[in-house]
Amino acid sequence: MHFEYNIISGDFSNAGSASSQIKKVLKQLNVETVTIKRIVVALYEAEVNVVAHSFGGTIFVDINTEEILLRLKDTGPGIPDIKLAMQEGFSTASPQVREMGFGAGMGLANIKKNADKLEIKSEVGVGTEVTIMVKLNE
Amino acid sequence: MKIKEIAKLLNAKTFGNLKLLENEVEFAFSSDLMSDVLTVKNQNVLLLTGLTNIQSIRTAEMSDVINIIYVRGKKISDEMKELAEEIGILLIECDYSMFKASGILYSNGLKPIY
Repeated sequence: MHFEYNIISGDFSNAGSASSQIKKVLKQLNVETVTIKRIVVALYEAEVNVVAHSFGGTIFVDINTEEILLRLKDTGPGIPDIKLAMQEGFSTASPQVREMGFGAGMGLANIKKNADKLEIKSEVGVGTEVTIMVKLNE
Repeated sequence: MKIKEIAKLLNAKTFGNLKLLENEVEFAFSSDLMSDVLTVKNQNVLLLTGLTNIQSIRTAEMSDVINIIYVRGKKISDEMKELAEEIGILLIECDYSMFKASGILYSNGLKPIY
């Protein structure tokens, strides 16, 4: 199964709607509740990151019997130092994002905790691509 | 504890999926930081927060929080009520502070997560 969702920069009213739709799909596929939570928490954190930090992007979702692959590709400022961005507590979030209850520098670390595989590719001034894989049967 | 008992203890108003008033909850978590809520591993959790926005409801949805209590007299918007109805969670408005509401629920047997 393949799904794609567009993400609009700064559109906090709809941030999470793609994660919500994927949650419904996974429930219909009878994926374990604990696994669904890991997937949607990782996806939601990543989705909010794209809304908060990029100029916009797309989520590509591929589901097979073994795993779910989530690829979030955005155009935007990129991440100059991925290792630093992965550190808990490091954040470049705006005051607006912090008022929403995010921007504490926990997002990428939380994605890593919930994913079986996380890969981040970024080019400054071009954009970022985050790939998250979660196995469905463990 | 049943959610309807919680609403009574907090002298609170309820919105959204009122069927959940009969549900039992064992654990609660108090935070204004949604990033913190997203680290909670438990299912069927009750969240106390002062953050009234759409993202608090989306965060609840992803975190398997079935009930959000908005403290300090914060008002729930129509947009929030609609989303809560759509995803099937219960919202509660409470005039007490986060400290007081948490204290009442803790002393009546609700357990902390961490």
